Amino acid sequence: MYGFLIAVGVVLLLSIVWMVYRIQTLVSVVKGSDKKIASGSNKVNAFLFLVFLVAVGGLMFWYSIKEFDNYQLPIASEHGVVTDRLFWITMAVTGVIFIITHILLFIFPYKYQYREDRKASFYPENNKLEVIWTTVPALVLTVLVITGWMAWSDITAPAPENAHVVELMGYQFAWDIRYPGQDKVLGDNDYRLTSAINPMGIDFTDQKSVDDFPSPKVVIPKGEPVLFKIRARDVLHSVFAPHMRLKMDAVPGMPTRFWFVPNKTTAEMRAELKNPDFNFEIACTEICGRGHNAMRRVIEVVEPAEYQKWLTEQKTFLQMNPALAEGIEVEVKEVAEIQ
Amino acid sequence: MATASVATHDTAHDHHDHEHHDNFVTKYIFSTDHKMIGKQFLITGIFWALIGGLLSVLFRLQLGFPEMNLEWLRPLLGGWITETGQLDQTFYLALVTMHGTIMVFFVLTAGLSGTFSNFLIPLQIGARDMASGFMNMLSYWFFFVSSVIMFISLFIKTGPAGGGWVVYPPLSALEQAIPGSGLGMTLWLVAMTFFIASSLLGGINYITTVINLRTKGMSFSRLPLTIWAFFLTAVIGLLSFPVLFAAALLLVFDRSFGTSFYLSDIYIGGEALPNTGGSPVLYQHLFWFLGHPEVYIVLLPALGITSEVIATNSRKPIFGYKAMIISMLGITILSFIVWAHHMFVSGMNPFLGSIFMFLTLIIAIPSAVKVFNYLTTLWRGNLIFTPAMLFSIGLVSFFISGGLTGIFLGNSAIDIQLHDTYFVVAHFHLVMGSASFFGLVAGVYHWFPKMFGRMMDARLGYVHFWLTFVGVYMVFFPMHYIGIAGFPRRYYSWTGFEFSNMYTDLNMFVSVAAIITFAAQFIFLFNFFYSMYRGRKASSNPWRSTTLEWTTPIVPGHGNWPGEIPTVYRWPYDYSKPGAEEDFIPQTVPLSATPESNLPHEQEQVKTEMEIIKDESEALVANEAKES
Repeated sequence: MYGFLIAVGVVLLLSIVWMVYRIQTLVSVVKGSDKKIASGSNKVNAFLFLVFLVAVGGLMFWYSIKEFDNYQLPIASEHGVVTDRLFWITMAVTGVIFIITHILLFIFPYKYQYREDRKASFYPENNKLEVIWTTVPALVLTVLVITGWMAWSDITAPAPENAHVVELMGYQFAWDIRYPGQDKVLGDNDYRLTSAINPMGIDFTDQKSVDDFPSPKVVIPKGEPVLFKIRARDVLHSVFAPHMRLKMDAVPGMPTRFWFVPNKTTAEMRAELKNPDFNFEIACTEICGRGHNAMRRVIEVVEPAEYQKWLTEQKTFLQMNPALAEGIEVEVKEVAEIQ
Repeated sequence: MATASVATHDTAHDHHDHEHHDNFVTKYIFSTDHKMIGKQFLITGIFWALIGGLLSVLFRLQLGFPEMNLEWLRPLLGGWITETGQLDQTFYLALVTMHGTIMVFFVLTAGLSGTFSNFLIPLQIGARDMASGFMNMLSYWFFFVSSVIMFISLFIKTGPAGGGWVVYPPLSALEQAIPGSGLGMTLWLVAMTFFIASSLLGGINYITTVINLRTKGMSFSRLPLTIWAFFLTAVIGLLSFPVLFAAALLLVFDRSFGTSFYLSDIYIGGEALPNTGGSPVLYQHLFWFLGHPEVYIVLLPALGITSEVIATNSRKPIFGYKAMIISMLGITILSFIVWAHHMFVSGMNPFLGSIFMFLTLIIAIPSAVKVFNYLTTLWRGNLIFTPAMLFSIGLVSFFISGGLTGIFLGNSAIDIQLHDTYFVVAHFHLVMGSASFFGLVAGVYHWFPKMFGRMMDARLGYVHFWLTFVGVYMVFFPMHYIGIAGFPRRYYSWTGFEFSNMYTDLNMFVSVAAIITFAAQFIFLFNFFYSMYRGRKASSNPWRSTTLEWTTPIVPGHGNWPGEIPTVYRWPYDYSKPGAEEDFIPQTVPLSATPESNLPHEQEQVKTEMEIIKDESEALVANEAKES
């Protein structure tokens, strides 16, 4: 019943709008205003551009300032400070251009709206102007490119020798984390070795694998370089640690890497934000299927001493799952038998 | 070619009546007339725009109102609504994918280039029709077949392709990874193959026509900027679409014939696949080699249309005609060497990243020049706000807003954080999506009188513009904030993370704005179809424009001009010329007829022009003598 009433209401409303519209059209025909080059609507439209400039421009400033602390994520890595500075420099430069061009774009329509007694000025070209507004953007962009390039070169340079290695492997739909253990070298892996008990496909016949250990979260020391070695097991994924300003795709068949220096511990960040539940997180930013939005892992940044202590407390893959070790022994036995 | 043998007005007319007895099928369906083909592209494009828009409303419902019970959508979506009344997660990804595919290819490529290149090239260069009417017809029907296949894929049981519009393998190659990579992906690839064929058939035609069939006097330096834009767009398409075809073909091989172009070291669904040695990054290179030029394929025609509309309605010559052409040439060339800026964090060599950052930021320069030229064209004009003009000004605004954020994303250091977040979504929806869409709409309002001989209602156009202009900003501007906050794109929901467990209010606002903006398009639809039959009759040159299409009959027939094709004597932007009586001088008016307004260098050209006219009339007399 309600549906019917609503439908009747909508039909009535539409027919009223329709009537008003028809009457207006007829009136304009009678008045002859439809023959004019520019009707009264021209003034209205010109004025609306001004209104738009003030209203939407004001809304933008108001919201940008009000929400600054919300959308501005705290930074927790050294290169993040650099890239964020670049971001805000670019914002200042483009912001100025944005504001000037939009003021002109919306004031001109008001100022130069059609008047019968005026003729537009015939102004087809001015090479000097063209040269100016080719070279000025070129110069500004050159500065932006060079600063960006310097930052990019630093960020993507080879990791320092002493970087702490953590391996992240993406799969549908989670990240598995592996540490190299005491020898600081990750053991070999081969995707064909992957199984329910060996999800990372680690080759345990490789001596370097013996001390490798898994972890449910990424634990890294503050102030020391950390190298993420990234790979994927099935489809593309992408490691995204927003507070670290870190992103790198995980590609099946092509290991990738990203190194950085965390500059705040989780505890420091909790204190700074006055949020005792705060955590650094890893998300996936390359579409990977149904659970794309659920690939969460926590990064815990701790003081170096605490990190060393944590390292010694971890159990290796082999300690946690002796079945893996049995596998090796069988293989070793087989090899022995053949020989 | 119909251009060759037409002699005098009368004989041409007779000619006409004898030759063309169109029946319904040859006139409206298998037409070889460029105007009808243009309209076919337009109507199909509008259909797709509705579908694409509807899909976006569906996923905006999920993003803005994640708690909402969508049970009422079950009649439409069936099993894609879960038992708890939520949108299925996999289907959400399919919606995003199909929205992108449809909007980029079927609306903004086919709907924009297909409509206006077809409709305007012969009319504005003074040709009877396209170089090959038959190929032109094939172009539309390939597109139609492509559309049918893509449309069918929306309804199959496993759902349409769901790996994002870029369909990166291995996700798009493995059915185990996502159900959309089964039959849906197959149909996607088949449809795109037909689509590419259609684009190429069209593009070859546009290029050939512009080069060969220009009327007497229509040198390249007298072409309207629309034609320059369509011409360069066709060149870009011709060079880049084949690469997408190659990428798609290799993907077909990987999917169906066990090759390993893109696949390597994969363990999925409990088994290790035999593929080794392939590279998913190879696909990305091939895809973006089309994908980036594609941005300009949709944008350049819109910029061309805007140049024309802004000049006409400012009653001023476009400022820096030559600079505009050089900018477009620059964009055309540069568009081929910036593709890898989509791949800064794909794992490719960071040195390549440096190179592509440099090249990418260069392309900002011609874009900036274009913006400044538009502004200067408005400056001291005598502006008439037709709906087309409003949409053109809107386009310039989007082009600035979206273009500037490109400077962030083109900088590889800044892109690390912003890549694949909503900042990117905001960027390309403004600069490429909305700007091109506004160009398309501006074109429809401006050339509707030429297409259908009637005017669209201006006041409905104003309402349509203001709702859409404000709406688009309300939809896409807030996305910058959530992008800076790091919200990843293609997420069904953000509540799983602490850093993104906020802005539910802003997302709700965006969704409401999106729904209102989508609803506002029905004003346009009504205006379009109502005006087609009941609109006010158009006069022969309603915008008092200088270009050739307004010298044809109000509704041009086959061959466009009943008599001889007019000769062109001047560039297309003689608006408000000092000394001239009217504020526009059509391209067909000889310089010798306007001594009062000629510029000094034009006065010199008058002499040569007189000679040409004399030669011509002599030839005409001789011709007539021969025929009689």
